[in-house]
Amino acid sequence: MIDSALFLAICAMSTSLFASLLSPCIGRFPALQRLSVSLLLAVSGALAMAAGLFGLNSSEAVITLPIGLPWLPMHLHLDALSAFFMLTIGVLLLPVGIYSVGYLKEIVAKNGSIQQMGLFLPLFALGMQGVVLADDAYTFMVFWEIMSLASYFLVTFEHEDEATRKAGFLYLLMAHLAGLLILGAFSVLYAAAGDFSFVAMRNAELSPGMATAAFLLAAFGFGMKAGVVPLHVWLPDAHSAAPSNASALMSGIMLKVAIFGFIRLIWDLVGMHEFVWWWGALVLAAGSSSAITGILMALQQHDLKRLLAYSSVENVGIILIGLGLAMTFAASGHPLIAVLGMIAALYHTINHALFKGMLFMGAGAVMHATGSRDMESMGGLIHRMPVTAVFVLIACISISGLPPFNGFVSEWLTFQTALLTPHLENTLLAALIPFSASMLALAGALAAVCFVKLFGIVFQGQARSTAAAEAHEVDGWMKAGMAIPALFCLLLGVLPTLFIPLIESVPQMLIHTSLSGSVQPENWLWLTPVNADRASYAAPMMLFGMLIFAALIYWRLHGRGKRILRGPVWSCGHAQLNPRMQYTSTSFSQPLKRIFSGAYLPEVHEGTRYGTHPLVVRTVVYAVYIGDLFYRRLYLPIGRITQIIADRVAHEHERGMHAYLAYIFSTILLLLLWVVQ
Amino acid sequence: MGDVMLQEAISVAASLMLLISFALLAQHRLLSVLHWFAAQGVVLALTTLLVAVISGHNELYFSALMTLLLKGALLPWLLWRIIRKMHVHREVEPLVNMPVTMFIALTLVLVCFYVALPIERMSQLVTHNTLAIAMATVFLSMLMMITRKKAITQVIGFLSIENALFFTAIGATHGMPMIVELGVAFDVLIAAIIFGLFFTHMRSTFDSLDLDVIQEKSKR
Repeated sequence: MIDSALFLAICAMSTSLFASLLSPCIGRFPALQRLSVSLLLAVSGALAMAAGLFGLNSSEAVITLPIGLPWLPMHLHLDALSAFFMLTIGVLLLPVGIYSVGYLKEIVAKNGSIQQMGLFLPLFALGMQGVVLADDAYTFMVFWEIMSLASYFLVTFEHEDEATRKAGFLYLLMAHLAGLLILGAFSVLYAAAGDFSFVAMRNAELSPGMATAAFLLAAFGFGMKAGVVPLHVWLPDAHSAAPSNASALMSGIMLKVAIFGFIRLIWDLVGMHEFVWWWGALVLAAGSSSAITGILMALQQHDLKRLLAYSSVENVGIILIGLGLAMTFAASGHPLIAVLGMIAALYHTINHALFKGMLFMGAGAVMHATGSRDMESMGGLIHRMPVTAVFVLIACISISGLPPFNGFVSEWLTFQTALLTPHLENTLLAALIPFSASMLALAGALAAVCFVKLFGIVFQGQARSTAAAEAHEVDGWMKAGMAIPALFCLLLGVLPTLFIPLIESVPQMLIHTSLSGSVQPENWLWLTPVNADRASYAAPMMLFGMLIFAALIYWRLHGRGKRILRGPVWSCGHAQLNPRMQYTSTSFSQPLKRIFSGAYLPEVHEGTRYGTHPLVVRTVVYAVYIGDLFYRRLYLPIGRITQIIADRVAHEHERGMHAYLAYIFSTILLLLLWVVQ
Repeated sequence: MGDVMLQEAISVAASLMLLISFALLAQHRLLSVLHWFAAQGVVLALTTLLVAVISGHNELYFSALMTLLLKGALLPWLLWRIIRKMHVHREVEPLVNMPVTMFIALTLVLVCFYVALPIERMSQLVTHNTLAIAMATVFLSMLMMITRKKAITQVIGFLSIENALFFTAIGATHGMPMIVELGVAFDVLIAAIIFGLFFTHMRSTFDSLDLDVIQEKSKR
């Protein structure tokens, strides 16, 4: 008798597989193909959600499928951790599936075919679901590679574009490097356990050196996939090159699957009792630097999807800060606070999946309406696309961490965890944590600026191009796709007291400590981590208060039969306003560019071209470029050094016979000396 | 009493080998290199004879005779003919100048003695103290191959390595089985003939036996 939650999960995987197999068969009927692939994806998402919800409440279920190598069947299982991530996958896969029905119609109209998308989008979903369910290292790696490769083909969907191919190559390179590192981490565990199954790895005794090796390999491997600074350079390119529904999945879930892999390997397989104090500090430092770098870079983007991609880096950073806090506290013997940190991280994981997915879907809607990714050519879309505007606004509020939406809850919980630092004995850590908490606070404030910019430039003001002026609202499928996560954002924001007990089984499984008693929400209304006189948050009351406030304002403005006057926009006495007088996205973020110029190192190109006479100025050019600092200062030098070494080696190869004789001679001599040692 | 004498004689032969290796390195003229190479063959034959007397292996007498004929006479004569035919008996052209080569060679000998220490401690053979010298001779011959430009000096270096290996084998194990020795001797002879053919072809193709010139031309 197979467990019902696991059965649902396997159904979800089978649906994804079926969708990808079906798609090429019906390639001659694009409409049918589009509809079937998208809806099957949505069904798979719904099944995954159900599996997650059931799985969080039930005990671990295991199944062995006779697929794979003859002596290595496929082990799948569904424990609390898998269930939570299954829920995260489902919660975004469902709306993205629905959204794709409408979105793929545009792609069919533009490209003529969705063959590639129809095959690889469900395969991508299958890979992610499989990674989460895997119960042995072999299955894990197989599904991990399916996920990586399928997403590569999604990134290079518009492969006619040179930049897309480059982004795809960088992505493939980094994905393989990450895969190699993860394989290394599993090899270390295999060496200790002697078996590929997670059960054996969990029970294996690791020496401190091996544990550290596994941790470092896993941290870099999964960190590369999750887009942790400075391993993030592939992310903005890949996410902006992929079609919007694919980038919603990549940013919303794939980065989370990397987080899952990290938690699975470090918390579950290596285990909490092996933690060394600096592991948490390393994760914390990586999280803080990702959060601050991600949002600083996001601020300066004018490409809508690049902005969102950099913001993903920031949010992964926030998740890692939560995880790093949990690791630190777990290593120093405060399991209860570790549970709180873990819950904050998990909460933010699902939150980010929701609102970043929604934002990417919104970006896709805007892009298909205006035909551009450049924010400088948008504006005033709130009049043309009111429904999309509302959903994007909700997502912007959520991601900025403002109540009553979900972003506030998880960031607040992260802060609450960080504020418990005085419990730590290690002074170095006690000094580091307030530092990352302040980084988190700064990142939160900058995120608000960033998303005010996004919403203000894209949806408000006047249209900056004719395409934007003639934009049209998207169809019902796409609206529905954005509506579902918006609803979840509100629910998770208002009812954290119902959701936290549900996901609590994850830290219970990993840390073997329960929140109940001290940290358990006292009732459905008040969320009180730690204890009531320290801090508490009543989300429903907050929402209620905000609604009353909004009603009062509305009543003041429009009540008692006041007539609404509509007149021309106030123009400061200027005769004619035109779109070019507005704030642009660049000018909006200019003050911050000035303040943080040390971090941006902008490249300024200035030039004046004169006419026949030196006093006649023809054109003045002023251009500022802000590249990724890590790309310029870390990746390019590494590339250059590799090139130089390669050139040297190539040069050595061209030497004459004497040089080769000398090589042989010195090799023999060295070997002899080595033997004698 | 006679044994001690013979052992001393082998030590003398070993030091002669080393001395000849240095002499090979130090020569400026190709013909004198050839003379020293022949001398090396003769000393090698002498050593074999001495070891034969000590150990009483009758095969080694035959081996000594063959070495004398082949390495002391036939190979040098073949090479001498080539040099005569090709008119390359001018100066040896070193890549590294003589004093530096000598210094490197000295260091190599020291290194070889250091490397041979643990082996000498283990060895029970009468000839054990010759091992380091044998190894040094191999390295000095290799050094000659590396530091000389002309193809002929390289071949002499190569044959001299063979001599040194033979010397090592005799010093360490009282010589190889007869059949192996015959095979090696035959191989060396064939190699010398093939080298001769090669020289002729290299000369007619590249107009020179200077390796740098050959490389330069073959690149084009």
